[in-house]
Parts: sequence; C-alpha cells; structure tokens
Amino acid sequence: MNILVCLKQVPDTETQIKIAPDGMSIATENIKWIINPYDEYAVEEALRIKEKFGGEVTIIGVGPKRVTESIRTALAMGADKGILVDDPAITGSDSLGIARILSAVIKDLDYDIILCGKQGVDDDYGIVGSILAELLGIPQISVVIKVEVSEDASTVKAHREVEGGTLVIESALPALITAQKGLNEPRYASLPGIMKAKKKPLDAKTIADLGLDASQVGENGAKIKIKQITPPEERKAGKIVEGETPQEMAANLTRLLHEEAKVI
Amino acid sequence: MAQGIWIVAEQREGELKKISFELTSEAKRLADQMGQSVTAILLGSNIREKAPELGKYGADKVIVADDNRLATYTTDAYVSVIAQLAQSGEPAILLLGASVQGKDLSGRLAARLGVGMAQDCVDFSLENSNLVAKRPIYAGKAYATVTFKDSIPQIATARPNVLELNEPDESKSAEVVDAEFSLDDSQLKTKVAEIIQAEGAKVDLTEAERIVSGGRGMKGPENYKILEELADLIDATVGASRSAVDSGWRPHSDQVGQTGKVVSPNLYIACGISGAIQHLAGMSTSKYIVAINKDPEAPIFQKADYGVVADLFDVVPALTEEIKKIL
Ligand SMILES: Cc1cc2nc3c(=O)[nH]c(=O)nc-3n(C[C@H](O)[C@H](O)[C@H](O)COP(=O)(O)OP(=O)(O)OC[C@H]3O[C@@H](n4cnc5c(N)ncnc54)[C@H](O)[C@@H]3O)c2cc1C
Ligand SMILES: Nc1ncnc2c1ncn2[C@@H]1O[C@H](COP(=O)(O)O)[C@@H](O)[C@H]1O
Repeated sequence: MNILVCLKQVPDTETQIKIAPDGMSIATENIKWIINPYDEYAVEEALRIKEKFGGEVTIIGVGPKRVTESIRTALAMGADKGILVDDPAITGSDSLGIARILSAVIKDLDYDIILCGKQGVDDDYGIVGSILAELLGIPQISVVIKVEVSEDASTVKAHREVEGGTLVIESALPALITAQKGLNEPRYASLPGIMKAKKKPLDAKTIADLGLDASQVGENGAKIKIKQITPPEERKAGKIVEGETPQEMAANLTRLLHEEAKVI
Repeated sequence: MAQGIWIVAEQREGELKKISFELTSEAKRLADQMGQSVTAILLGSNIREKAPELGKYGADKVIVADDNRLATYTTDAYVSVIAQLAQSGEPAILLLGASVQGKDLSGRLAARLGVGMAQDCVDFSLENSNLVAKRPIYAGKAYATVTFKDSIPQIATARPNVLELNEPDESKSAEVVDAEFSLDDSQLKTKVAEIIQAEGAKVDLTEAERIVSGGRGMKGPENYKILEELADLIDATVGASRSAVDSGWRPHSDQVGQTGKVVSPNLYIACGISGAIQHLAGMSTSKYIVAINKDPEAPIFQKADYGVVADLFDVVPALTEEIKKIL
C-alpha cells in the first residue's frame, strides 16, 4: 500500500494570536510551529495501515523551509519519505491554490490512500482535502474516526462523525480520507526514530518543478481574498453570583438566567 | 448574468433542519438589498411537501431534487446535483450550512465549479452586490473578512445557530419546481454501509441551544449524572473539556474546543472547567456563559457572564432544584 499524508504546519494551539500591522495577516514572530493536530492523526493512521499491509508512507507539505522540521518529525514517527514544496510564489495561496500544488505533486505518484487532517487549526477551512480529491477525481470520506481497509486492500470502510451519530462509508481505493480526533492516539517519535529520520529522503520542489504556472497559485490564483483580519469582540467578565450558601447562589443564578438573560 | 441568491436547504430523514431556515432568512436580507430573489434547493427523497415551508422564511422559489439516491447524503450524488443546478441557474451567491454535510460538500463543489468558497461564516454583507463574508480563524481567536474573485457563484457556508431567524410569515409560500438533473450511478463511488445513531439521540452539540459542559473538576465519569439531570431539565446537550475526554470519561464527540466542536448555544454552563485557551476558542461565541468553578482565579471567569465561585457538587444539584421551581 502506498499512503500519502498531506501535512500542514500551524501555530501551536497555545498561541495568543496577534494581528500584523497590515491588518491582513497574523504576526508570526515568536510563534512555535507544530504539526497540525489533525494531521498527526493522519500520520499515525498511515503508519498503522502500513504496518498491517506493508508499503510506504510519504509525507507531503506545502510551505516555507520551517515545514521541513515538521516533516522530519513525521519521518521520525516512521514515515518513509517526505516532499516539501517551497516556493515564494506560494505566498497568498488560498485553499484551491494549495490543493492544486498537492495534486501536481500527487499525480506523479502511486497511491492507494491519501490522508489529510479534518482541518487546519490555523485558518479553519477544512477544504483542502475535498478540493484535492475533486482535482484527482477520487472519492473522499471526511471527518473520520475509524478506518478499516479490506484484507485484499481494494476497498475501505470509514466511520465518519455526523450530527447525532456515525455513518459508515464504503469506498473503493484509491480514496482520500480526512482524520478527526478519536481516530487514534499518535505515537511519539523515538530516539532511534529521530536518528533514522535524518537519513530518510526529503525532496524539495518548486512550482516550476511541478509544471505549475505561477498564475495558478499564490495571490494571482486565489479566488478568496482576505480583506481584513480583526480581533474577536472582547468578552468581558460579567457578574459573580452572590450567595452565602450554594442554595442561595443557585437561586440567584436561576433568577438571573430567567429574568435577566431570559435563556431559561 | 448571474442573478439571485441560492441556499442549499438541509434535511435529515425528511425533516428540514433549522439551518435551512437560518440560511433562507439571511439570503432574504441580502436579496432585498440587491433587489433580487431567493431560491432554495432541496435534495432528498419524497420531500416535496416540506418545500413550501421555506417560503415562510423568505424563499421565493424552491427547486426540489427528488430521487431515492438522494435520501441520505453522499458526497458524490449531492455535489453532482448541486453543481448541475448551479451551472444552469447561475446564482450570484450560494449559501450552505457549515454542518457536517455542508462542510463535506463545500470544498468539492467549489472545486467542481472552479470558484472560491468561504467556510463557516458568522456574518455576511454586500459591497457593490458582491459578497463579503466574515469567518472565525484560529478557532475564534481572530476573524477574517474575505471577498471573492472570479467566482460565479460566490459560495459560503454559515455556522449554525448564528444567523438571525426571520419571523415566519405564515401567509407566504414558495413556488415549488422540480429540478432537472441527471445522476449516473457510475459517478457514485461511495456508499453508506451503515448508520449508527448516537446513544440517547440528543441534539448534537453544534446544533444545541443549551449546553452543560463538565471538565476535569467532575472528578470521574459517574458524576456526569448531575450534569445530565440538569441538561434533561433545560433541554440541553452535555459537553466536555478535552481533559475529561482524554481521561476516557466522555466520548470524543462530546469535546468542545479548538480540536473538538465549536459551539454557539444561547447558554453554555461550564462546570469544573478552568478555561484553557483551546477550550475558550470553542465556546466563546455562546450568547451567555455561566462558569461554576471553585477557583476564583480560573480564567473561565474572565469570559463568563455569570460566575459562581463554589463547589460544583453543591451548586449543580441546587441549580437543578431551583430551576424546577420556575419551570
Ligand atoms: C493541541 C491541543 C489541543 C487542545 N484542544 C482542546 C479542546 O479542543 N478542548 C479543550 O477543552 N481542551 C483542549 N486542550 C487542552 C487544554 O489545554 C486544557 O488542558 C483543558 O481544556 C483543561 O480541561 P479542564 O478545564 O477540564 O481541566 P483543568 O484545567 O484541570 O481544570 C479543572 C477545573 O475544575 C475546577 N474544579 C475542580 N474541582 C472542582 C469542584 N469540585 N467544583 C468546582 N470546580 C472544580 C478547578 O478549579 C479547575 O479550574 C488542547 C490542548 C492541546 C495541547
Ligand atoms: N500547506 C499545506 N501542505 C500540506 N497539506 C495541507 C496544507 N494545507 C492544508 N493541507 C491538508 O489539508 C487539510 C485541511 O486543511 P485546511 O483546508 O487548510 O483546513 C490539512 O489538515 C492538511 O492535511
């Protein structure tokens, strides 16, 4: 089985987001970069499928040089090789641009399953996976918490989380699956894993290498334009509910919810 | 020329979902400003009788795609039908719900039509009749306002429970027409093998009007009983912090936060939750937040409309009793 994982690097979820002076992006100084949490589940699942069926796990990332570190981490977890598409022309790409780049990388590869994260915890789009599946003309199964590949490795059954339940979707391979929390518990990179990862192949590619035209990516190719980034409305601390005893507090809170907020 | 605003109505087992009315209401507000009409499209099987109801919220027309292969949502069938309808009808704007279904559809649909898509928006406006959409990023730690380029239609999904619902006008009804589309079975590459209903079949967190959430302060899975009693009383859904989920006390699907569900209920009651940045990201757009925590320094109090500094094991049962008195 050849398994591809699309890996995005994002700011640590602890990060306090600050808006850059241009008002159109976020300030990236002093940010700690991590593997998008959902992509960690994707990497882990890829490794588990490989352990069962054999084959190779390839990590594909699009972004600046710092993404190398995240790809190396995935290699240290056990993935076999990495591809980084790093090119100044990528700056300003929207989801469609990123998916075009990923599809240009992937069209030359052999694959049975592509795994993505459910969404990037940075821009919260959650669509690169499905756009990519469309560009490649393969089925998608999104927000998946369980993956079962058939014994003969020709089909997959995936459990996807929906409101109020779970849908079990069956698809022929190749297919693209997006990982949701609950799919698995990602392993840590072991020390020998980290040592080995240093020797694993990690190719760097440019837009020209992929035969893409610069007008299809970056700001030129983007169909979505960011006009402004703004901070959230500050939620102010409200009232502390008075009361000598828990009963009194409960009674006061009930009155506030009923009469003031009118939510009960 | 592209004309009108379309919404994709959502049904489950033949019942229209609330997001359908929210989308219609918003589309009506935008369409009035543009001097254009609102069209809803409804996909399903034997759902025609539900269509006129969308008229009460402002739909002028409902296009119904009725086919037994559309009874349950599948990506391939829904994307194919909606794309065909959008190509022939050429709406200027197409709105969907940012539900699990809408989020699964939106990217693929936009790619098929070769247009831009703004996910999970909380506010819409117009600039020279072009759509301007505001959407949370970094789980609500910031907002991005976006516009579209070369996109007919401009596609956006709207977060459930956020857009204002129009007062239904019982005298209004929409014109219902049958959709013209073709579905080729060979295009349908996935199939729904099984549908597993969640236990208790409660309203999902993302759709809930009220949520009672418990964190590490609950001390163990057995204690969620007191939250469930309160939740049952006020028609709320029970949620959890990641600590509670990772401790195995609650299922993953109950997690609220940056790597869980992002929720916007009218009322969010956080019990024994400290208010870590990742948790706050998932619930800060709730209308009213109540925090019950024995640590007065807990960050959750900075975001709460009503803070109760006390032991939750005393306050929660007392609250249930007090609310019983007024219901
Ligand atoms: C990548 C990443 C993603 C994450 N995503 C999420 C996410 O999506 N959602 C999420 O919730 N977290 C998330 N977290 C975890 C987050 O950082 C916190 O660890 C977590 O939210 C803490 O949960 P808690 O508030 O229940 O526990 P704690 O922080 O331990 O707080 C427990 C609170 O209970 C109070 N308490 C204890 N006993 C009582 C009592 N008897 N009565 C009243 N109060 C009591 C305490 O005073 C304390 O404030 C994420 C972390 C990472 C690294
Ligand atoms: N720059 C990128 N490089 C590699 N994969 C990406 C990139 N952006 C998005 N993805 C993949 O697409 C998923 C969804 O991202 P998004 O649509 O940006 O929320 C991520 O979890 C990744 O698997």
